[in-house]
Amino acid sequence: MKRILLSLGLIASLLFAFACERKGGPGAGGNSGPIVVGYYGDLTGRTSNFGQSTKNGVEMAADEINKAGGINGRQITILSEDDEGRPEKAATVVTKLIDQDRVIALLGEVASGNTLAAAPKAQAAKVPMISPSSTNPAVTQVGDYISRVCFIDPFQGDVMAKFAANTLKAKKAAIMLDFNSPYSRGLTEFFEASFKKLGGEIVDKQSYTQGDRDYKGQLTAIRSKNPDVIYVPGYYGEVGVIAKQAKQLDIKAPMLGGDGWDSTQLWDLGGDALNGDYISNHYSVDDPSPAIQKFVTDYKARYGNVPDALAALGYDAMKVLADAIKRAGTTEEPQLKDAIAATKNFAGVTGTISLDKDRNAVKPAVVLKLQDHKYTYVETIYPEGMTPPAAVPATSPAAAAPASPAAATKKPAASPAAAKVSP
Amino acid sequence: MDTFVQQLINGLTVGAIYALIALGYTMVYGILRLINFAHGDIYMVGAFIGYFMAFPLGFATGPSLLGLSVVLIGSMIAAALVGMAIERFAYRPIRKYARMTTLITAIGVSLLIENLFVVWFGAAPRAFPQLLREQSYTLFGNAAISKSQILIFAVSVALMLLLQWVIFKTKVGTAMRAVSFNLNSAKLMGINTDFIISFTFALGSALAAAAGVLTAQYNPQIDPLMGIITGLKAFVAAVLGGIGNVPGAVLGGLLIGIAETFVVGYGQNVGIPTTFRDAVAFAILILVLLFRPTGLLGSTVQEKV
Repeated sequence: MKRILLSLGLIASLLFAFACERKGGPGAGGNSGPIVVGYYGDLTGRTSNFGQSTKNGVEMAADEINKAGGINGRQITILSEDDEGRPEKAATVVTKLIDQDRVIALLGEVASGNTLAAAPKAQAAKVPMISPSSTNPAVTQVGDYISRVCFIDPFQGDVMAKFAANTLKAKKAAIMLDFNSPYSRGLTEFFEASFKKLGGEIVDKQSYTQGDRDYKGQLTAIRSKNPDVIYVPGYYGEVGVIAKQAKQLDIKAPMLGGDGWDSTQLWDLGGDALNGDYISNHYSVDDPSPAIQKFVTDYKARYGNVPDALAALGYDAMKVLADAIKRAGTTEEPQLKDAIAATKNFAGVTGTISLDKDRNAVKPAVVLKLQDHKYTYVETIYPEGMTPPAAVPATSPAAAAPASPAAATKKPAASPAAAKVSP
Repeated sequence: MDTFVQQLINGLTVGAIYALIALGYTMVYGILRLINFAHGDIYMVGAFIGYFMAFPLGFATGPSLLGLSVVLIGSMIAAALVGMAIERFAYRPIRKYARMTTLITAIGVSLLIENLFVVWFGAAPRAFPQLLREQSYTLFGNAAISKSQILIFAVSVALMLLLQWVIFKTKVGTAMRAVSFNLNSAKLMGINTDFIISFTFALGSALAAAAGVLTAQYNPQIDPLMGIITGLKAFVAAVLGGIGNVPGAVLGGLLIGIAETFVVGYGQNVGIPTTFRDAVAFAILILVLLFRPTGLLGSTVQEKV
């Protein structure tokens, strides 16, 4: 008898739990109560600097919005999940955020491979997802609920190819790519195409996989081809070591990279070996624009370090989402995802954000030079068909072009748009 | 030619590390007929001990020879203690059971160490402080050798000579060799076999820890799972040289290191992708097991019925 009662009790409590689940956890949609937003990222894995920075940016933006009275009187709650930088874990935590926590929208991930694993879950559940910084084109092709606030790899690869060919006057480039990463393969493909189109030659292409411990075999092969530049579109953990080992092999050619390099740990690993290398990135902390300087100051006051581009993109992703909720007037679907897709000329820290028809942000990239543990601004490269905003105190592109590029390199504070490489 | 010499240097550097770790596998196997799968993790533990010694002792701020020696020797001693503890608490209680039991325990210990370190210190890689002022020297033509590579060669050769001396010239070494011939007979001759086994673990673990700290100078990225693949390759090196054979382990380690680097450096020319570097070691393992199961320097022992 006792056993029957016990099992009945168990069944009852399970049913109760199920009923609660169905009714919605903390963040069921609707037009009242707190707005629950899910964040997922790598907080403890190989790319944890990425996930932590982005999380900092997202939380800072949410706090600012809440302090200013929330969105239409509703406060934002951020629920964070750690995916350890593993695609399969990313899919799991996103499923949890959607099914259990009933988030109205998702922010994440940084690494394209992880976003690609999680995006189909969000698309199937019709929960909008904004990726702050996944640049692989395939990410938003998953479906109409997926968007991003950063530029995409065809542009980023193109930027570095243009910089190498036009500014560094490089003729021969070698590529060292992370074979298993969609991010790295994407950038390689677009860099290669663009660099060849500009008259350059790819003299060697070597690959490694994340977690390799020795890169000298590849680097020695690259060295024997004498390239002018080496393009390494990888993530900071491997890149720092590659730079160090390249220096040990006495390789003088500068290395070029993408936003995947941007992390404080890059310097711990690579140290002085990184001096003279260049990366393309989403924004520069040296940019004198008041919006960026305010963000940098606030971030420093809150977290004690200089925000990297991922923090800025996390911040922008949250702000874009808040703006969309405000415009939609609801967190219901499909109004919210339509509002996100309709984002136009949103003034973010990382530039003016407008989403194109594929829900990718169209905005310029900056090229930064690595020197003595600092990133210094070199130039801004605009996507085709986009002109520098008139608000920037830059002269017309025609007038800026004859000015020697060295001037822009020396005085980064002048204007981010001072040096423009015409597309 | 430059490139070839350079690749050879690169391969020997990696190989020297494998050799140091392989020695531990081979010694333990020689004495207990046990593949100590936790040995690769001792290499990782060694690197972590070095990391956590460098900061409080103030060596992380700048390169110094004193800092390097203190960290290297300190982590060797600490890892030796860890190795002895593993033997005492995980392997000794079950030594009398079937060999398979110990093997499975070894895998368990390996997983335990890895995951404990993930829980304690997180899976994110850490940057090992630079204890050696990095500089490259040009040998001839274009082939460069860096200070950290010279350090790896010098320290590993010194340690291997020291080991050879311990095994062949000291009383403990003689006892180790006796135990490796026959544990029970050695016991009957009055050898304290428990102590000898413990000592062997300490010796092997110290060498693995040295490998850990040395690699960290060459490649500053350390993480709790760094011992898995390196440990497996060192195991293959031990098998290639003839497991149980000390010079064989060194030879095997160097060969695996060179083979791996050459696949990376030249594989693309003959259609082998760079990403096959890890597969090489295991392809070698399969070939060795098929054609020469005793390894290059191993001897065939006739089982008497």
